[in-house]
Amino acid sequence: MTDRMIADLEQLATTAPELAINAAIAVSGAADGYVTRPSAVGTLYISFSRHGISSVELADSPQDFEEKFALLYGRPALPVDRIPRVIERHLDDAIARGKPGRLPLDFGGLTAFQQSVLEKAAEIPTGEVRPYGWIAKEIGKPGAVRAVGSALAKNPIPVVVPCHRVVRSDGQLGNYSLGDPHNKRVLLEAEGLDLNTYESLADRGIRFTGSDTTKIFCNPSCGPAVRTTDEHRVEFRSESEARDRGYRPCKVCRPVSVAA
Amino acid sequence: MGPIMTKPDLTTTASDLATDLDGAFAGYVRATADGIFSGSLRMLGDRGDAEDVMQETYARAYAALQGYSPARIKALKVRGWTWTIAANLCRNRLRSRARKPKTSLEGFDVAGTGADTEEQALSQIGMTLQEALLDLPFPQRAGVVMRHVLDLTYEDVSVALDRPIGTVKADIHRGLARLRQAYPEEAI
Repeated sequence: MTDRMIADLEQLATTAPELAINAAIAVSGAADGYVTRPSAVGTLYISFSRHGISSVELADSPQDFEEKFALLYGRPALPVDRIPRVIERHLDDAIARGKPGRLPLDFGGLTAFQQSVLEKAAEIPTGEVRPYGWIAKEIGKPGAVRAVGSALAKNPIPVVVPCHRVVRSDGQLGNYSLGDPHNKRVLLEAEGLDLNTYESLADRGIRFTGSDTTKIFCNPSCGPAVRTTDEHRVEFRSESEARDRGYRPCKVCRPVSVAA
Repeated sequence: MGPIMTKPDLTTTASDLATDLDGAFAGYVRATADGIFSGSLRMLGDRGDAEDVMQETYARAYAALQGYSPARIKALKVRGWTWTIAANLCRNRLRSRARKPKTSLEGFDVAGTGADTEEQALSQIGMTLQEALLDLPFPQRAGVVMRHVLDLTYEDVSVALDRPIGTVKADIHRGLARLRQAYPEEAI
């Protein structure tokens, strides 16, 4: 009689769910876990390591993403059905706002310069844009505009680290690395930037706008600049033109270098 | 109703982990996860809880192994050692369950759906045994599950529960005796 019950006890063994095994492996450095989220530009594949979000990618399929990831990072990415709580808590908000906020990021493998560029880009408010040169000045490397461009092109965590908010100084949107170049426009429009107005200013060579009531000039997409009514809006082609007319730079969007 | 389990060969796992922790960790998880999950499920009677325990077990195992010397890792009895972590987590979860109705472990929330709801179909006898297991005191329950569901050696069970082998054998013996009382007459 004992044998029969012992045999029945053995039948209580079962198998662990595959996605849960993957998540358990992802706690080590051996592999990253990944989940997907919808976005304005399509399904995002979001991977995380023990340190935080390691990449955001567009891909045609899970297999496509896994191949891309392994090629880029030299370790596998495994689909999981559960993610560390601190990531779960902040991920959707970070995607929706295009800002990491308290979401932990894994910048492993990036140089200190690349990190400082990405951290600066993350400060640009939702729905606003800044020129590449603005980042260069803000991080204290005013001559490194091209290097800023290439650091942004290699951003491993687009959308969450909003490299799409960094544009050319002539007002053209410039390149974008996440899928179709058009995605930069899609993301900016989705977060409420009035691209028609912004681009018509750029086409006319306008670099800054100001308000004749405050005598302050801003990046054209800066919140206060956007809210200035047409009758009070003043347009400038250069910093010197603005200063010559008695305007000072906005302290929020810092349209010119702090040292100036 | 349970699937046929082939016991994974763990003879090289400890030395693999000692040589290259990051490289060998995935293999170690795959070799031990079914047991950790099955055992936690039978000790706790809840799939979501069992997944939480499994997650937390490997997070702790990895953190611990990082601090061990290669010699110490090489000497590990991998299955029993992993169960020292998992058994503690199961015991803690039962204690906190006694205090409040439902908790989740530090660090992980269930992000997806599906996996928790499709409870593996158990036979009538399987369900009876599962329920009877949940009525056993923890040392008996853990001992019976490890020895007879997972086929661990008495020595591994003794390591995992940090109790002398003689005590473990007695616990398992008493546990089986109590299970037999719940085991349906007609099945004997």
